[in-house]
Amino acid sequence: MIKVLFFAELEEIVGSRELTIEKAELTVNEVKEYLKDKFPTLPVDRAMIAVNEEYVEDTDVVKSDDIVALVPPVSGG
Amino acid sequence: MSEKLFLITDEVISIQEVVDKVVHPNAGAINTFIGTVREMTKGKKTIYLKYDAYVSMAEKKLAQIGDEIQERWPDALVAITHRIGRLDITDIAVVIAVSTPHRADSYDASRYAIERIKEIVPIWKKEHWEDGEKWMGDQLEKTPYPTGKPEGEHLS
Repeated sequence: MIKVLFFAELEEIVGSRELTIEKAELTVNEVKEYLKDKFPTLPVDRAMIAVNEEYVEDTDVVKSDDIVALVPPVSGG
Repeated sequence: MSEKLFLITDEVISIQEVVDKVVHPNAGAINTFIGTVREMTKGKKTIYLKYDAYVSMAEKKLAQIGDEIQERWPDALVAITHRIGRLDITDIAVVIAVSTPHRADSYDASRYAIERIKEIVPIWKKEHWEDGEKWMGDQLEKTPYPTGKPEGEHLS
């Protein structure tokens, strides 16, 4: 089970702060494809992806109990 | 307030408390940057802002910025607090304090910190105007550098 977090406008589009994917292992790219399929209006490709609070590449692997976060362009400061 | 050097809070930020965290006998300068909520942006009037953050990761990324600063300016001490939640015009959103032995480095490191916050720290601002609202993003209009260092153009 992989947990996915959404923030800011992504949270509003999904309607929730988090969801779970019932898979034991996926690549980051597969997670993105899953989300695009489930939420066609979600701007997945504009977001950076973090796994367990570190930014990752599309080819990295996500395992069960990992926490994936979609990080849309930031605007702090 | 917290003793943490790198903090996300939903409370009013005390500038003095952030500054106190970098006081050191070897420091000859403490540079303080205070980011506040501006009313007018490109002719549009902001009523208030709302900040959201991935708090645990944001504190880690602020700490990473502190590490990057200490690589570049080894004698620097850094503390950063960023507020989230609803902020009104003139409220303080972020305070960065940097102490260094000599003043020039304190300015440079402080500037580095705020530019880096706008690249890698997962904090988001929602503008509320009289006629609408919008989550803001990509203020730099550049692709962020997730792991690398910003180049000179980002600091100028």
